[in-house]
Amino acid sequence: MGEKGIGARVARKEDQRFLTGNGHYTDDLQRNRQTYAFFLRSPHAHAKIRKIDAAAAKSAPGVLAVFTGADIAEAKVGSLICGWVVKDKNGEPHKAPPHPALALDTVRHVGDPVAMVIAETAAQAKDAAETIAVDYEELPSVVNPAKALAKSAPQLHAEAPGNLCYDWELGDKAAVDAAFAKAAHVAKVDLVNNRLIPNAMEPRAAAAEYDAGTGQYTLWTTSQNPHVTRLVLSAFVLGIPEHKLRVIAPDVGGGFGSKIFIYSEETLLTWASAKVGRPIKWTAERNESFVSDAHGRDHVTHAELALDKDGKFLALKVDTIANMGAYLSTFATAVPTYLYGTLLAGQYTTPAIHVNVKSVFTNTAPVDAYRGAGRPEATFVLERIVEQAARDLKIDKAELRRRNFIATDAYPYQTPVALTYDSGNYAGAMSKALELADYAGFEKRRAESKAKGKLRGIGLSAYIEACGLAPSAVVGSLGAGVGQWESAQVRFNPTGNVQVYTGSHSHGQGHETTFAQVVSNHLGVPIEQIEVIHGDTASVPFGMGTYGSRSLAVGGSAIVKACDKIVAKGKKIAAHMLEASAADIEFKDGTFTVAGTDKSVPLAGVVFSAYVPHNYPLNELEPGMDENAFYDPANFTYPAGVHVCEVEVDPDTGVASIAKFTAVDDFGNIINPMIVEGQVHGGIGQGIGQALLEHGVYDEKSGQLLSGSYMDYTMPRADDLPSFDVGYQITPCPHNPLGVKGCGEAGAIAAPAAVMNAIHDALAPVGVQSIDMPATPARVWQAIQQANTKMAAE
Amino acid sequence: MSVSVSMKVNGKTATGTVEPRTLLVQFLREHLGLTGTHVGCDTSQCGACVVHVDGKSVKACTMFALRADGAEVSTIEGLAKDGALHPMQEAFREHHGLQCGFCTPGMVMSAIDLVKRHNYKLDESTVRHGLEGNLCRCTGYHNIVKAVLEGAKAMQAKGV
Repeated sequence: MGEKGIGARVARKEDQRFLTGNGHYTDDLQRNRQTYAFFLRSPHAHAKIRKIDAAAAKSAPGVLAVFTGADIAEAKVGSLICGWVVKDKNGEPHKAPPHPALALDTVRHVGDPVAMVIAETAAQAKDAAETIAVDYEELPSVVNPAKALAKSAPQLHAEAPGNLCYDWELGDKAAVDAAFAKAAHVAKVDLVNNRLIPNAMEPRAAAAEYDAGTGQYTLWTTSQNPHVTRLVLSAFVLGIPEHKLRVIAPDVGGGFGSKIFIYSEETLLTWASAKVGRPIKWTAERNESFVSDAHGRDHVTHAELALDKDGKFLALKVDTIANMGAYLSTFATAVPTYLYGTLLAGQYTTPAIHVNVKSVFTNTAPVDAYRGAGRPEATFVLERIVEQAARDLKIDKAELRRRNFIATDAYPYQTPVALTYDSGNYAGAMSKALELADYAGFEKRRAESKAKGKLRGIGLSAYIEACGLAPSAVVGSLGAGVGQWESAQVRFNPTGNVQVYTGSHSHGQGHETTFAQVVSNHLGVPIEQIEVIHGDTASVPFGMGTYGSRSLAVGGSAIVKACDKIVAKGKKIAAHMLEASAADIEFKDGTFTVAGTDKSVPLAGVVFSAYVPHNYPLNELEPGMDENAFYDPANFTYPAGVHVCEVEVDPDTGVASIAKFTAVDDFGNIINPMIVEGQVHGGIGQGIGQALLEHGVYDEKSGQLLSGSYMDYTMPRADDLPSFDVGYQITPCPHNPLGVKGCGEAGAIAAPAAVMNAIHDALAPVGVQSIDMPATPARVWQAIQQANTKMAAE
Repeated sequence: MSVSVSMKVNGKTATGTVEPRTLLVQFLREHLGLTGTHVGCDTSQCGACVVHVDGKSVKACTMFALRADGAEVSTIEGLAKDGALHPMQEAFREHHGLQCGFCTPGMVMSAIDLVKRHNYKLDESTVRHGLEGNLCRCTGYHNIVKAVLEGAKAMQAKGV
């Protein structure tokens, strides 16, 4: 391990520009003759559009154009797509109603875009939009996913009777029923996984420009995956050939999933840039982000776990209703199915599992992947029911898990829900976590709290993820519309420095540093001489982008493959230079050496020779040192770990404070521990946010978003969170060259269950059975009062 | 209606013609091209736009440009001197107090004012409460708090 190689805490290369105000975010862009767009949005949850009168807007000061759904339909702008086909129980593909970029005759959620105004200034566009008269005929709406399935529920789409997108199942139902029939105990939970609003700090933004001379469109957009945006806009929505559309995702201020998707706004900007003949920019105001970014979670679940008399898990059955929102976002269908049901084995040997998921349309913003995407929901179900069982059976929660963990020698381990785990050490991670959290000393701390009139609780969350998305053939067989490889290009310049082009996209993850460490480690080039370039379809060969904790496991592996090709070619050049056989050339720390001799040439010398091939085997070898690689993973990766949360509840106020939060994670090998810990901290912050603070709430009657601003949606602030204790269990991934598993989502996956288990542990002694997220002071206080009343009545 | 406005920004006189409704943050970003100051919300909650006006931290989205007429404004672009980062910037880098970088300029500007207001003497709780007007979605605040505590020490040691 070098000072800046693999395993080193290298300060980030990208920080200089972010710390000095020199980042380049989409809204910072100023193009020559730039115009501005504003989107008029539906104020209603569900309504027919009788008429739109935009005459006043069209003649308002500075206005260049106003477009409505009719214009888009006439221009044959295609429907926004959902790229993953999930098959219903009956074998039919999911219901895929159209998703026009501007509503045509019906609006289906508050914030559904209705018209686009383009003007000389942002203020003029907004002012003009206020003059557009839309004659709405309000319709009844439904926002609650369980209620959307009722026979009497308002219907959103003619294509989806009963508001049902699909009714999906996975697992052996007969085996599960048989196991339940012989169970000694059945634990049951009813859970709501609260709707979350991602809230990356940079609002979504886009700018588009059309070059009439070349027919080339350029779109700058806050995207986690610019090549996928280009592919979708080209192949499905706008029909612009891929080679005539350049998509640039410059510095992007956080994504958390919400910037994977292809939305109306960037689609329409691209289309309109040719119509208007000038560059157009749009930046969401935060209130627009709240109503139009894809939201996360929003499940209602009933689950039952069958155990034998010794506490061994026999079977699990899970019934979930998942909210899709009003339209299907880009990957919405996969989230509550292949990223959820497949994770329900968790870290346990449960031999039989059955899951049924009904996904439904409601008059709410679309729901799609948000940090963790399906896996937090699965972990929440499983880890809540495991601790419920522990309470029911009065078995220590750690001991119950220990009895059911998959053994360290059981890999590859085939779960009953499709996945084959590759490696892990779950008991090892739990031991470390319990030690770091001083689990043994908890009862003493509980007694101390009790003496102060406080209720203390401790909760665990033993999570697993399927990351490193994904083996293309596997996801293809499950309905994915794309491959999920990654590409890399490692290009040496004649002077010996390196440009690394990656299809991954960094929007906070620090790829420019981590990937440089990987290249430095493999090629012996100092990281100061390595530039990692991402986010532009015109420079990066291809890319599937960043989501699902895939960047290092898949993108990093592609870089390693490209480095291997550099070394292989370098050996041939070095053999020529050193007058030896290529088979005898060894490469180490940036130097090619003839094995067993002191004859050597540095990589920089080989590179120079490749570009100035005066003495070079030109008849056998091309000049240049520039290699491409694609990497398609053999399997998912399976990060796992145990998080432990300790809370103290004030029964007089209902305030639950986190006394201590401990995380022990197995991400396989670690390239930059500083960056990895930052990812863990951030994930835990979002997980605690879900458990205690955050809730995307729609009014059941009006369908209005009640938590539509930072005054109403409780983002975690610095004084809401504690500092965290972080540790590692390392079992390298056996099937990628770096042995890495991915770390981006772990905290958000593990933390909600750990926090809520701690709260249930704290409140169980006063008779509280169940409390939903977010466990706000009001909810906790009410639960305690209800339990008191019930106890008094008994 | 347009009106002219003049202020010192990062030590240099900046003048412009703005609408009365133009916010200070819009003047900085759109008129002066100082895009290091960011806009993350529309309710003055997120703090991405924090700058210093006459030495005090201000959310530049809550202030009309006209109100800053004649003031001394400093932004993230003006912090580093002669190519050397301010000790607070350096502490954020050293302790990984930033990820996507979007909240960072406001966070750093708030942190510097917080340290000065507390005369360099801060503990974790002071920092956490003092930064509650600055939202970060990436870091869980853990490393920001660490950076601010270390940055405070470095500021005191360097007398800034």
